[in-house]
Amino acid sequence: MAEETLTRAAPTAPAAARDTPRRGFGEGALLVNAIFCYLFLYVPILILIVFSFSNSSLAGVWGGFTFDWYVKLFQNTRLMTAMGNSLYVATASMIVATVIGTLVALGMERFRFRGRQAFDVQLYMPVVIPDIVMAVMLLLFFSNAFQLLNALLGSSFRLSLTTVIMAHITFNIAFVAVVVRSSLKGFDWRLEEAAQDLGANEFNTFRHVTFPLILPGIIGGALMAFTLSLDDYVISYFTNGPGASTLPIEVFSRIVAASAPTINAVSTVIFLASLLLVSVSQLLQRRR
Amino acid sequence: MEGLPPVSDGIAIELRDVVKRFGEVTAVDNVSMQIRDGEFFSMLGPSGCGKTSTLRMIAGFEFPTSGELLIHGREMGQVPPYKRPVNTVFQSYALFPHMSVERNVAFGLEMKQVPKAEIAPRVAEALEMVRLGSFGERYPRQMSGGQQQRVALARALVNRPEVLLLDEPLGALDQKLRKEMQAELKRLQSLLGITFIFVTHDQEEALTMSDRIAIMNQGKVLQIGSPTEIYERPNCRFVADFIGESNFIDGTVRHVEGNYATIETVEGIKLRGIAPRPVSTGAAATLSLRPEKIRLTPPRENGLNGQASSFPVRVEQIDYIGSDTRIVVRVNDKRTVDVWEQNTLSTLDRDAYWQPGEEAVLSYLPNNGLILTE
Ligand SMILES: Nc1ncnc2c1ncn2[C@@H]1O[C@H](COP(=O)(O)OP(=O)(O)OP(=O)(O)O)[C@@H](O)[C@H]1O
Ligand SMILES: [Mg+2]
Repeated sequence: MAEETLTRAAPTAPAAARDTPRRGFGEGALLVNAIFCYLFLYVPILILIVFSFSNSSLAGVWGGFTFDWYVKLFQNTRLMTAMGNSLYVATASMIVATVIGTLVALGMERFRFRGRQAFDVQLYMPVVIPDIVMAVMLLLFFSNAFQLLNALLGSSFRLSLTTVIMAHITFNIAFVAVVVRSSLKGFDWRLEEAAQDLGANEFNTFRHVTFPLILPGIIGGALMAFTLSLDDYVISYFTNGPGASTLPIEVFSRIVAASAPTINAVSTVIFLASLLLVSVSQLLQRRR
Repeated sequence: MEGLPPVSDGIAIELRDVVKRFGEVTAVDNVSMQIRDGEFFSMLGPSGCGKTSTLRMIAGFEFPTSGELLIHGREMGQVPPYKRPVNTVFQSYALFPHMSVERNVAFGLEMKQVPKAEIAPRVAEALEMVRLGSFGERYPRQMSGGQQQRVALARALVNRPEVLLLDEPLGALDQKLRKEMQAELKRLQSLLGITFIFVTHDQEEALTMSDRIAIMNQGKVLQIGSPTEIYERPNCRFVADFIGESNFIDGTVRHVEGNYATIETVEGIKLRGIAPRPVSTGAAATLSLRPEKIRLTPPRENGLNGQASSFPVRVEQIDYIGSDTRIVVRVNDKRTVDVWEQNTLSTLDRDAYWQPGEEAVLSYLPNNGLILTE
């Protein structure tokens, strides 16, 4: 979430520094507000990063500089497996949810059909429903469905990393659809007509006109799906199977067991990775 | 698209009993018309009369609910827009914001897989044609409305369409730019010989630019004709009222001879005029009389020749507007008539001119009055 707020808050700073003839109280207040926002967001992160280099086995005590925790982190197979699982789940659910969510958004924005209103409300359920309800719901669904299937087909479906992915796809579709739809609100559908008028069939119209224009929205939706999947705890916890822990589950179980500074290191790695991701997507969007 | 060349007899577009309904609304109501090759054809009518709907059916964005639509003799039925030999200039321009001007103009050629080597010179030529030769690298957002308009024009024309559809293309431009673009469009149309179908709200624009005009109202085409025909011989009250200004005087048909008919008003005034459509004695009819076709003369002086219809009036109001003087004359307590006189004489002599309250005789030539029944 921090990354997201960062990109939204960013325009405040240049606005404050804008070259306007009169800098009144309002502009000063805005500047102070911006500074506080940044402090509020970044001081905890900074503390986290600093302590990840602290040579002390207590997570919150400074004991001199060290890279130990990073070395330990990369040697810790359980944490590394969990991180791998998380990345795998986030990537897979992001890809599937982005494709489906984008198509849903396009369909919902373009067509007026019977039952559209009802569909609209249902689609956003996963956005408003508390995670815990969703988690219980999905768990019940999976266990019942698997029981039935296994009884009928003699198969042996059970909870695993795949069920986590399926669960994440379920809520991510809704989030992607919301983000892409909001970017479609300003889309000028006459551009599609113009393309067709100039000889582009439906596919070429999408490829050369619609897609490039809504790409920023799709990237935004995909990033959001990735992040949501990466830091989901409740739903993953309910739907994962033995040996299929994701990073949040692993981290939380460790924090509960003992405060370990490797957690600081892993958080720092993830923070830097997301920062990189957001920067790349911002750059991509600025290019057009 | 294949086989024998279609038989079109110089007809670019033909609509046969075309109906378009949107749910309850009938946007286009049984329209039939033929638009000729190389013609500058305008559709004119009040808001919501079905101009855009008609154009969109020709472009292929909508399909007729019933009826036939032919382009150069080929039935278009459900043919999608990208397979029709027509291009559209949208009112909102609809330029692709993520493409440079050059790429916008090249889009149609790329989609038709014109060889790469051919695209660049044709794009350059099209931009030259709309006098935007040096703007190729720019993006639409970096251009003024008038320039964007011309890019939209180049983007359509570069495809050498058989028919160009323009939906109020000048609607968003200011008066001066509008005049310039009108001239530009006329120039391009005669240069390229492409059929233009032009939708507009602005009657002056339609009159000055078109070879023929279709006047529409409530989904129906009321009259199709040259600008002079439309102005001088409107076939119904709506057209006479919509184009230019007209006085309407109701009465009952008393006498018919050939194309001419005479009506009598409730006051007993007899008025003669030409009847564009057949009328029969005893029917209710209206005389439509343009204010500039009327002569006002002092009583006893014979204004127009003996054939003229005339009746006495009293001058009520005089508005001097430079080139013209607009006079309201009163026939009786219920009826006034507008008269426009051109100020051909020195207007400094205005004091010797009509004064409110003066008696006068209003007269007009019967072939300038129209007896309309609907
Ligand atoms: N997609 C649509 N759905 C429902 N009704 C429509 C649709 N398109 C047009 N109409 C209706 O059809 C009628 C004709 O509309 P059209 O846009 O053709 O008018 P127009 O002559 O172009 O008007 P304007 O001069 O205002 O552009 C109107 O009553 C309009 O409300
Ligand atoms: Mg319209």
